[in-house]
Amino acid sequence: MAASILPLVLEDVAYAPRGQPLVRGISLTIEAGPSTIILGANGAGKSVLMRLMHGLLAPTSGRVRWHEVDAASLRRRQAMVFQRPVMLRRSALANVVYALAIAGVPAAEREAQARAALEEVGLRHVAQRPARVLSGGEQQRLALARAWALHPEVLFLDEPTANLDPGAVREIETVIKAFDAAGTKIVMATHNLGQARRLGDEVIYLQAGRVMERSPIDDFFAHPATAEAAAFMKGELPWA
Amino acid sequence: MNAIAEGLRRVLELDRELWHIVALSLEVSLSAVLIATTLGLPLGAALAVKRFRGRRGVIVVLNALMGLPPVVVGLLVYLLLSRAGPLGELGLLFTPGAMIIAQSVLVLPIIAALARQALEDAWREYEEQLRSLGAREFTAALTLIWDARFSLVTAVLAGLGRAAAEVGAVMIVGGNIDGVTRVMTTAIALETSKGDLPLALGLGFVLIALVLALNAAAQLVKETAERRFG
Repeated sequence: MAASILPLVLEDVAYAPRGQPLVRGISLTIEAGPSTIILGANGAGKSVLMRLMHGLLAPTSGRVRWHEVDAASLRRRQAMVFQRPVMLRRSALANVVYALAIAGVPAAEREAQARAALEEVGLRHVAQRPARVLSGGEQQRLALARAWALHPEVLFLDEPTANLDPGAVREIETVIKAFDAAGTKIVMATHNLGQARRLGDEVIYLQAGRVMERSPIDDFFAHPATAEAAAFMKGELPWA
Repeated sequence: MNAIAEGLRRVLELDRELWHIVALSLEVSLSAVLIATTLGLPLGAALAVKRFRGRRGVIVVLNALMGLPPVVVGLLVYLLLSRAGPLGELGLLFTPGAMIIAQSVLVLPIIAALARQALEDAWREYEEQLRSLGAREFTAALTLIWDARFSLVTAVLAGLGRAAAEVGAVMIVGGNIDGVTRVMTTAIALETSKGDLPLALGLGFVLIALVLALNAAAQLVKETAERRFG
Protein backbone atom coordinates (compact mmCIF):
# COMPACT_ATOMS: atom_id res chain seq x y z
CA MET A 1 0.00 0.00 0.00
CA ALA A 2 1.07 3.55 -0.68
CA ALA A 3 2.16 5.89 2.08
CA SER A 4 -0.42 6.75 4.73
CA ILE A 5 -2.98 9.47 4.11
CA LEU A 6 -2.33 10.60 7.69
CA PRO A 7 -1.56 12.91 9.31
CA LEU A 8 -4.63 15.02 8.77
CA VAL A 9 -3.93 18.66 9.49
CA LEU A 10 -6.55 21.33 10.17
CA GLU A 11 -5.28 24.90 10.05
CA ASP A 12 -7.43 27.54 11.70
CA VAL A 13 -10.57 25.97 10.26
CA ALA A 14 -13.94 27.68 10.56
CA TYR A 15 -17.30 26.68 9.18
CA ALA A 16 -19.89 29.44 9.16
CA PRO A 17 -22.84 28.97 6.83
CA ARG A 18 -24.71 32.27 6.37
CA GLY A 19 -22.16 33.95 8.64
CA GLN A 20 -23.20 31.85 11.64
CA PRO A 21 -20.03 30.12 12.92
CA LEU A 22 -20.65 26.50 13.93
CA VAL A 23 -16.97 25.76 14.52
CA ARG A 24 -14.06 28.19 14.43
CA GLY A 25 -10.37 28.55 15.13
CA ILE A 26 -9.76 24.81 14.87
CA SER A 27 -6.13 23.78 14.46
CA LEU A 28 -5.51 20.09 14.96
CA THR A 29 -3.22 17.35 13.74
CA ILE A 30 -4.75 13.87 13.62
CA GLU A 31 -2.07 11.21 13.51
CA ALA A 32 -2.11 7.49 12.95
CA GLY A 33 -2.31 5.35 16.07
CA PRO A 34 -4.34 6.37 19.10
CA SER A 35 -8.10 6.35 18.72
CA THR A 36 -9.41 9.87 18.99
CA ILE A 37 -12.65 10.77 20.73
CA ILE A 38 -14.32 14.05 19.90
CA LEU A 39 -16.28 14.81 23.03
CA GLY A 40 -18.81 17.53 23.63
CA ALA A 41 -22.42 18.35 24.35
CA ASN A 42 -25.12 18.36 21.70
CA GLY A 43 -24.57 21.33 19.43
CA ALA A 44 -20.89 21.70 20.34
CA GLY A 45 -19.95 21.17 16.69
CA LYS A 46 -18.80 17.54 16.80
CA SER A 47 -20.71 16.45 13.70
CA VAL A 48 -19.65 19.52 11.74
CA LEU A 49 -16.01 18.93 12.66
CA MET A 50 -16.24 15.27 11.56
CA ARG A 51 -17.78 16.30 8.24
CA LEU A 52 -15.08 18.90 7.65
CA MET A 53 -12.44 16.24 8.29
CA HIS A 54 -14.17 13.68 6.09
CA GLY A 55 -14.61 16.22 3.30
CA LEU A 56 -18.41 16.32 3.25
CA LEU A 57 -18.26 20.01 4.15
CA ALA A 58 -15.79 22.57 2.82
CA PRO A 59 -14.43 24.98 5.45
CA THR A 60 -15.49 28.61 5.18
CA SER A 61 -11.94 29.59 6.09
CA GLY A 62 -8.78 27.75 6.98
CA ARG A 63 -7.48 24.53 5.45
CA VAL A 64 -8.03 20.80 5.80
CA ARG A 65 -4.97 18.97 4.52
CA TRP A 66 -4.27 15.26 4.22
CA HIS A 67 -0.95 13.62 3.49
CA GLU A 68 -2.33 12.65 0.08
CA VAL A 69 -3.28 14.87 -2.81
CA ASP A 70 -5.21 12.49 -5.07
CA ALA A 71 -8.88 13.05 -4.25
CA ALA A 72 -10.11 9.64 -5.43
CA SER A 73 -7.47 7.76 -3.47
CA LEU A 74 -8.24 9.88 -0.41
CA ARG A 75 -11.96 9.09 -0.67
CA ARG A 76 -11.29 5.35 -0.92
CA ARG A 77 -9.04 5.26 2.10
CA GLN A 78 -11.38 6.82 4.61
CA ALA A 79 -14.93 5.96 5.57
CA MET A 80 -17.65 7.32 7.81
CA VAL A 81 -20.43 5.76 9.82
CA PHE A 82 -23.30 8.11 10.59
CA GLN A 83 -25.57 8.39 13.60
CA ARG A 84 -28.48 7.20 11.50
CA PRO A 85 -27.33 4.59 9.00
CA VAL A 86 -28.65 5.05 5.47
CA MET A 87 -29.39 1.65 4.00
CA LEU A 88 -30.11 1.13 0.32
CA ARG A 89 -33.28 -0.75 -0.64
CA ARG A 90 -31.54 -4.02 -1.35
CA SER A 91 -30.12 -6.93 0.63
CA ALA A 92 -27.56 -6.47 3.39
CA LEU A 93 -24.96 -8.16 1.22
CA ALA A 94 -25.82 -5.95 -1.77
CA ASN A 95 -25.33 -2.86 0.39
CA VAL A 96 -21.73 -3.86 1.06
CA VAL A 97 -21.18 -4.94 -2.56
CA TYR A 98 -22.43 -1.50 -3.66
CA ALA A 99 -19.75 0.27 -1.60
CA LEU A 100 -17.07 -2.04 -3.00
CA ALA A 101 -18.26 -1.39 -6.56
CA ILE A 102 -18.03 2.37 -6.09
CA ALA A 103 -14.56 1.97 -4.61
CA GLY A 104 -13.51 0.24 -7.81
CA VAL A 105 -13.08 -3.31 -6.48
CA PRO A 106 -13.16 -5.77 -9.42
CA ALA A 107 -16.59 -7.40 -9.80
CA ALA A 108 -15.30 -10.91 -9.26
CA GLU A 109 -13.92 -10.07 -5.81
CA ARG A 110 -16.82 -8.04 -4.42
CA GLU A 111 -19.06 -10.74 -3.05
CA ALA A 112 -16.32 -12.61 -1.21
CA GLN A 113 -15.05 -9.39 0.36
CA ALA A 114 -18.57 -8.33 1.28
CA ARG A 115 -19.27 -11.68 2.93
CA ALA A 116 -16.02 -11.41 4.88
CA ALA A 117 -17.03 -7.96 6.11
CA LEU A 118 -20.48 -9.23 7.19
CA GLU A 119 -18.79 -12.10 9.01
CA GLU A 120 -16.57 -9.59 10.79
CA VAL A 121 -19.57 -7.81 12.33
CA GLY A 122 -21.58 -10.98 12.96
CA LEU A 123 -24.19 -10.45 10.26
CA ARG A 124 -23.49 -13.43 8.02
CA HIS A 125 -26.89 -14.94 8.79
CA VAL A 126 -28.80 -11.89 7.47
CA ALA A 127 -26.77 -11.42 4.28
CA GLN A 128 -29.77 -11.96 2.01
CA ARG A 129 -32.31 -10.02 4.10
CA PRO A 130 -33.40 -6.59 2.86
CA ALA A 131 -31.23 -4.09 4.73
CA ARG A 132 -34.10 -1.79 5.63
CA VAL A 133 -36.00 -4.40 7.61
CA LEU A 134 -33.03 -5.15 9.90
CA SER A 135 -33.13 -3.84 13.49
CA GLY A 136 -31.45 -0.54 14.35
CA GLY A 137 -28.46 -2.28 15.87
CA GLU A 138 -28.10 -4.63 12.92
CA GLN A 139 -28.33 -1.72 10.48
CA GLN A 140 -25.56 0.09 12.31
CA ARG A 141 -23.40 -3.05 12.29
CA LEU A 142 -24.12 -3.31 8.58
CA ALA A 143 -22.98 0.30 8.18
CA LEU A 144 -19.77 -0.69 9.97
CA ALA A 145 -19.34 -3.69 7.66
CA ARG A 146 -19.91 -1.45 4.62
CA ALA A 147 -17.22 0.92 5.88
CA TRP A 148 -14.92 -1.92 6.92
CA ALA A 149 -15.14 -3.76 3.62
CA LEU A 150 -13.14 -0.91 2.08
CA HIS A 151 -10.35 -1.41 4.65
CA PRO A 152 -10.09 2.29 5.31
CA GLU A 153 -7.07 3.75 7.03
CA VAL A 154 -9.28 6.19 8.86
CA LEU A 155 -12.80 5.48 10.09
CA PHE A 156 -14.97 8.39 11.23
CA LEU A 157 -17.86 7.50 13.51
CA ASP A 158 -20.47 10.14 14.27
CA GLU A 159 -22.26 9.09 17.46
CA PRO A 160 -22.76 5.60 16.04
CA THR A 161 -24.66 4.32 19.09
CA ALA A 162 -26.79 7.34 19.96
CA ASN A 163 -30.08 5.69 18.94
CA LEU A 164 -29.41 2.17 20.15
CA ASP A 165 -30.30 0.06 23.17
CA PRO A 166 -27.52 -1.08 25.57
CA GLY A 167 -27.14 -4.53 24.02
CA ALA A 168 -26.70 -3.10 20.55
CA VAL A 169 -24.29 -0.48 21.91
CA ARG A 170 -22.10 -3.27 23.32
CA GLU A 171 -22.08 -5.08 19.98
CA ILE A 172 -21.12 -1.93 18.09
CA GLU A 173 -18.35 -1.11 20.56
CA THR A 174 -16.94 -4.63 20.21
CA VAL A 175 -16.76 -4.18 16.45
CA ILE A 176 -15.13 -0.75 16.76
CA LYS A 177 -12.52 -2.18 19.14
CA ALA A 178 -11.75 -4.92 16.63
CA PHE A 179 -11.24 -2.34 13.86
CA ASP A 180 -9.01 -0.32 16.17
CA ALA A 181 -6.98 -3.43 16.99
CA ALA A 182 -6.62 -4.18 13.29
CA GLY A 183 -4.85 -0.85 12.85
CA THR A 184 -7.61 1.43 11.53
CA LYS A 185 -7.42 4.94 12.89
CA ILE A 186 -10.67 5.60 14.78
CA VAL A 187 -12.04 9.14 15.04
CA MET A 188 -15.32 9.05 16.93
CA ALA A 189 -17.69 11.77 18.07
CA THR A 190 -19.72 11.03 21.17
CA HIS A 191 -21.32 12.73 24.14
CA ASN A 192 -21.21 9.51 26.12
CA LEU A 193 -18.46 9.62 28.75
CA GLY A 194 -18.47 5.89 29.40
CA GLN A 195 -18.11 5.17 25.71
CA ALA A 196 -15.28 7.70 25.41
CA ARG A 197 -13.45 5.87 28.23
CA ARG A 198 -14.06 2.42 26.76
CA LEU A 199 -12.96 3.21 23.23
CA GLY A 200 -10.69 6.24 23.33
CA ASP A 201 -6.97 6.82 23.72
CA GLU A 202 -7.21 10.58 23.56
CA VAL A 203 -9.95 13.19 23.86
CA ILE A 204 -10.58 16.36 21.92
CA TYR A 205 -13.08 18.34 23.97
CA LEU A 206 -15.29 20.68 22.00
CA GLN A 207 -17.52 23.41 23.29
CA ALA A 208 -19.48 26.02 21.34
CA GLY A 209 -17.55 25.23 18.18
CA ARG A 210 -14.09 25.54 19.70
CA VAL A 211 -11.51 23.01 20.84
CA MET A 212 -11.19 23.56 24.59
CA GLU A 213 -8.60 20.90 25.25
CA ARG A 214 -6.90 17.82 23.93
CA SER A 215 -5.50 15.23 26.34
CA PRO A 216 -4.77 11.54 26.75
CA ILE A 217 -7.95 9.84 27.94
CA ASP A 218 -6.81 9.12 31.52
CA ASP A 219 -5.52 12.65 32.06
CA PHE A 220 -8.72 14.10 30.72
CA PHE A 221 -10.87 12.18 33.16
CA ALA A 222 -8.47 12.50 36.13
CA HIS A 223 -7.89 16.24 35.88
CA PRO A 224 -9.50 18.08 32.99
CA ALA A 225 -7.50 21.13 31.97
CA THR A 226 -10.47 23.42 31.60
CA ALA A 227 -13.36 24.32 33.86
CA GLU A 228 -15.72 23.74 30.94
CA ALA A 229 -14.66 20.13 30.50
CA ALA A 230 -14.90 19.52 34.24
CA ALA A 231 -18.39 20.99 34.27
CA PHE A 232 -19.42 18.84 31.28
CA MET A 233 -18.27 15.69 33.06
CA LYS A 234 -20.18 16.59 36.17
CA GLY A 235 -23.23 17.06 34.02
CA GLU A 236 -23.50 20.74 34.74
CA LEU A 237 -25.37 22.83 32.25
CA PRO A 238 -23.12 25.16 30.28
CA TRP A 239 -25.55 28.05 30.52
CA ALA A 240 -26.27 27.70 34.26
CA MET B 1 -79.48 2.99 -14.31
CA ASN B 2 -81.19 2.11 -17.57
CA ALA B 3 -78.89 4.40 -19.49
CA ILE B 4 -75.86 2.67 -18.01
CA ALA B 5 -77.18 -0.82 -18.77
CA GLU B 6 -78.10 0.29 -22.25
CA GLY B 7 -74.66 1.82 -22.70
CA LEU B 8 -72.86 -1.34 -21.63
CA ARG B 9 -75.09 -3.45 -23.92
CA ARG B 10 -74.27 -1.18 -26.86
CA VAL B 11 -70.57 -1.33 -26.03
CA LEU B 12 -70.62 -5.11 -26.05
CA GLU B 13 -72.43 -5.06 -29.41
CA LEU B 14 -69.53 -3.11 -30.90
CA ASP B 15 -67.47 -6.23 -30.49
CA ARG B 16 -64.48 -6.24 -32.86
CA GLU B 17 -64.64 -2.53 -33.49
CA LEU B 18 -64.61 -1.87 -29.76
CA TRP B 19 -61.63 -4.09 -29.11
CA HIS B 20 -59.71 -2.33 -31.81
CA ILE B 21 -60.42 1.02 -30.16
CA VAL B 22 -59.46 -0.28 -26.72
CA ALA B 23 -56.27 -1.88 -28.03
CA LEU B 24 -55.22 1.29 -29.85
CA SER B 25 -55.92 3.41 -26.76
CA LEU B 26 -53.71 1.15 -24.67
CA GLU B 27 -51.02 1.00 -27.33
CA VAL B 28 -50.83 4.78 -27.73
CA SER B 29 -50.99 5.68 -24.04
CA LEU B 30 -48.65 2.93 -22.80
CA SER B 31 -46.10 3.72 -25.52
CA ALA B 32 -46.23 7.41 -24.63
CA VAL B 33 -45.78 6.63 -20.92
CA LEU B 34 -42.87 4.31 -21.71
CA ILE B 35 -41.13 7.02 -23.72
CA ALA B 36 -41.88 9.72 -21.16
CA THR B 37 -40.61 7.47 -18.34
CA THR B 38 -37.39 6.66 -20.16
CA LEU B 39 -36.69 10.37 -20.60
CA GLY B 40 -38.43 11.72 -17.50
CA LEU B 41 -36.80 9.66 -14.76
CA PRO B 42 -33.21 10.58 -15.74
CA LEU B 43 -34.31 14.21 -16.16
CA GLY B 44 -35.95 14.24 -12.72
CA ALA B 45 -32.91 12.55 -11.17
CA ALA B 46 -30.52 15.05 -12.74
CA LEU B 47 -32.60 17.95 -11.39
CA ALA B 48 -32.69 16.33 -7.95
CA VAL B 49 -28.93 15.73 -7.71
CA LYS B 50 -27.23 18.43 -9.76
CA ARG B 51 -26.81 21.97 -8.48
CA PHE B 52 -26.49 24.57 -11.22
CA ARG B 53 -27.43 28.16 -11.94
CA GLY B 54 -31.03 28.52 -13.02
CA ARG B 55 -32.03 25.21 -11.44
CA ARG B 56 -34.96 26.72 -9.60
CA GLY B 57 -36.19 28.36 -12.78
CA VAL B 58 -36.06 25.03 -14.60
CA ILE B 59 -38.05 23.39 -11.81
CA VAL B 60 -40.70 26.12 -11.86
CA VAL B 61 -41.08 25.76 -15.64
CA LEU B 62 -41.19 21.97 -15.41
CA ASN B 63 -43.88 22.11 -12.73
CA ALA B 64 -45.87 24.58 -14.83
CA LEU B 65 -45.62 22.29 -17.86
CA MET B 66 -47.54 19.66 -15.90
CA GLY B 67 -50.58 21.75 -16.70
CA LEU B 68 -49.97 21.91 -20.46
CA PRO B 69 -53.33 22.03 -22.24
CA PRO B 70 -53.61 18.92 -24.45
CA VAL B 71 -55.07 20.89 -27.37
CA VAL B 72 -52.05 23.20 -27.37
CA VAL B 73 -49.67 20.25 -27.38
CA GLY B 74 -51.76 18.73 -30.15
CA LEU B 75 -51.54 21.93 -32.16
CA LEU B 76 -47.76 22.23 -31.74
CA VAL B 77 -47.19 18.60 -32.72
CA TYR B 78 -49.59 19.10 -35.62
CA LEU B 79 -47.52 22.03 -36.88
CA LEU B 80 -44.33 20.00 -36.52
CA LEU B 81 -45.70 17.02 -38.39
CA SER B 82 -47.85 18.75 -40.99
CA ARG B 83 -46.73 18.50 -44.58
CA ALA B 84 -45.12 21.96 -44.51
CA GLY B 85 -43.69 21.47 -41.01
CA PRO B 86 -40.10 20.61 -40.13
CA LEU B 87 -40.90 16.92 -39.61
CA GLY B 88 -43.50 16.75 -42.37
CA GLU B 89 -41.46 14.34 -44.46
CA LEU B 90 -41.92 11.60 -41.90
CA GLY B 91 -45.57 11.42 -42.93
CA LEU B 92 -46.66 10.76 -39.36
CA LEU B 93 -49.64 13.08 -39.16
CA PHE B 94 -52.94 11.23 -38.63
CA THR B 95 -51.17 8.03 -37.59
CA PRO B 96 -50.88 6.38 -34.15
CA GLY B 97 -47.22 7.46 -34.23
CA ALA B 98 -48.23 11.11 -34.14
CA MET B 99 -50.57 10.39 -31.22
CA ILE B 100 -47.76 8.70 -29.30
CA ILE B 101 -45.51 11.71 -29.87
CA ALA B 102 -48.17 14.17 -28.71
CA GLN B 103 -48.98 12.18 -25.55
CA SER B 104 -45.27 11.72 -24.77
CA VAL B 105 -44.83 15.50 -24.84
CA LEU B 106 -47.85 15.89 -22.61
CA VAL B 107 -46.80 13.25 -20.07
CA LEU B 108 -43.05 13.91 -19.92
CA PRO B 109 -43.27 17.00 -17.66
CA ILE B 110 -45.63 15.17 -15.29
CA ILE B 111 -43.33 12.20 -14.84
CA ALA B 112 -40.17 14.32 -14.70
CA ALA B 113 -41.58 16.82 -12.20
CA LEU B 114 -43.07 14.21 -9.86
CA ALA B 115 -39.89 12.11 -10.12
CA ARG B 116 -37.79 15.17 -9.31
CA GLN B 117 -39.78 15.72 -6.13
CA ALA B 118 -39.57 12.09 -4.99
CA LEU B 119 -35.88 11.80 -5.84
CA GLU B 120 -35.00 15.06 -4.15
CA ASP B 121 -36.56 13.78 -0.93
CA ALA B 122 -34.54 10.58 -1.26
CA TRP B 123 -31.39 12.58 -2.05
CA ARG B 124 -31.79 14.53 1.19
CA GLU B 125 -31.59 11.22 3.03
CA TYR B 126 -28.85 9.62 0.92
CA GLU B 127 -26.57 12.47 -0.06
CA GLU B 128 -24.02 12.31 2.74
CA GLN B 129 -23.82 8.53 2.67
CA LEU B 130 -23.37 8.34 -1.08
CA ARG B 131 -20.83 11.15 -1.16
CA SER B 132 -18.98 9.51 1.71
CA LEU B 133 -18.78 6.28 -0.29
CA GLY B 134 -17.41 8.30 -3.19
CA ALA B 135 -20.36 8.00 -5.59
CA ARG B 136 -20.26 10.46 -8.47
CA GLU B 137 -23.38 12.33 -9.53
CA PHE B 138 -24.23 9.89 -12.30
CA THR B 139 -23.94 6.84 -10.04
CA ALA B 140 -25.84 8.65 -7.30
CA ALA B 141 -28.68 9.49 -9.71
CA LEU B 142 -29.00 5.86 -10.84
CA THR B 143 -28.91 4.67 -7.23
CA LEU B 144 -31.67 7.12 -6.30
CA ILE B 145 -33.91 5.99 -9.19
CA TRP B 146 -33.50 2.36 -8.19
CA ASP B 147 -33.98 3.00 -4.47
CA ALA B 148 -37.01 5.27 -4.92
CA ARG B 149 -38.57 2.92 -7.48
CA PHE B 150 -41.70 2.40 -5.39
CA SER B 151 -42.40 6.14 -5.10
CA LEU B 152 -41.70 6.54 -8.79
CA VAL B 153 -44.54 4.13 -9.61
CA THR B 154 -46.89 6.89 -8.48
CA ALA B 155 -45.28 9.39 -10.87
CA VAL B 156 -45.62 6.96 -13.77
CA LEU B 157 -49.25 6.22 -12.87
CA ALA B 158 -50.04 9.93 -12.82
CA GLY B 159 -48.59 10.16 -16.31
CA LEU B 160 -50.62 7.19 -17.48
CA GLY B 161 -53.79 8.71 -16.08
CA ARG B 162 -53.13 11.91 -17.98
CA ALA B 163 -52.41 10.05 -21.24
CA ALA B 164 -55.44 7.80 -21.02
CA ALA B 165 -57.79 10.66 -20.17
CA GLU B 166 -56.79 13.33 -22.67
CA VAL B 167 -58.73 13.87 -25.86
CA GLY B 168 -57.51 17.16 -27.30
CA ALA B 169 -54.05 16.15 -28.46
CA VAL B 170 -54.94 12.79 -30.02
CA MET B 171 -57.95 14.33 -31.71
CA ILE B 172 -55.85 17.00 -33.45
CA VAL B 173 -52.85 14.90 -34.51
CA GLY B 174 -54.75 11.63 -34.99
CA GLY B 175 -57.88 12.94 -36.62
CA ASN B 176 -60.17 10.32 -35.03
CA ILE B 177 -60.18 8.22 -38.20
CA ASP B 178 -62.39 5.15 -37.86
CA GLY B 179 -60.29 2.01 -37.63
CA VAL B 180 -56.99 3.91 -37.83
CA THR B 181 -56.64 6.53 -35.13
CA ARG B 182 -59.88 6.29 -33.18
CA VAL B 183 -59.28 5.77 -29.46
CA MET B 184 -61.60 5.63 -26.44
CA THR B 185 -61.64 9.34 -25.68
CA THR B 186 -62.11 10.50 -29.26
CA ALA B 187 -64.83 7.88 -29.77
CA ILE B 188 -66.62 9.17 -26.69
CA ALA B 189 -66.39 12.74 -27.93
CA LEU B 190 -67.73 11.71 -31.33
CA GLU B 191 -70.64 9.66 -30.00
CA THR B 192 -71.57 12.47 -27.63
CA SER B 193 -71.67 15.02 -30.43
CA LYS B 194 -73.69 12.62 -32.55
CA GLY B 195 -76.18 12.38 -29.68
CA ASP B 196 -75.62 8.66 -29.01
CA LEU B 197 -75.27 9.21 -25.28
CA PRO B 198 -75.73 5.57 -24.17
CA LEU B 199 -72.85 4.42 -26.35
CA ALA B 200 -70.68 7.35 -25.21
CA LEU B 201 -71.47 6.48 -21.61
CA GLY B 202 -70.72 2.81 -22.15
CA LEU B 203 -67.34 3.63 -23.68
CA GLY B 204 -66.68 5.93 -20.73
CA PHE B 205 -67.24 3.09 -18.29
CA VAL B 206 -64.91 0.81 -20.20
CA LEU B 207 -62.22 3.52 -20.09
CA ILE B 208 -62.65 4.06 -16.36
CA ALA B 209 -62.53 0.31 -15.74
CA LEU B 210 -59.28 0.04 -17.73
CA VAL B 211 -57.58 2.87 -15.85
CA LEU B 212 -58.78 1.41 -12.55
CA ALA B 213 -57.42 -2.04 -13.41
CA LEU B 214 -54.00 -0.66 -14.42
CA ASN B 215 -53.74 1.39 -11.24
CA ALA B 216 -54.83 -1.49 -9.02
CA ALA B 217 -52.25 -3.77 -10.59
CA ALA B 218 -49.47 -1.21 -10.16
CA GLN B 219 -50.49 -0.52 -6.57
CA LEU B 220 -50.45 -4.22 -5.78
CA VAL B 221 -46.96 -4.67 -7.20
CA LYS B 222 -45.78 -1.58 -5.32
CA GLU B 223 -47.17 -2.68 -1.96
CA THR B 224 -45.88 -6.23 -2.25
CA ALA B 225 -42.42 -5.00 -3.12
CA GLU B 226 -42.48 -2.38 -0.35
CA ARG B 227 -43.37 -4.98 2.26
CA ARG B 228 -40.53 -7.12 1.06
CA PHE B 229 -37.80 -4.46 0.85
CA GLY B 230 -38.86 -2.04 3.60
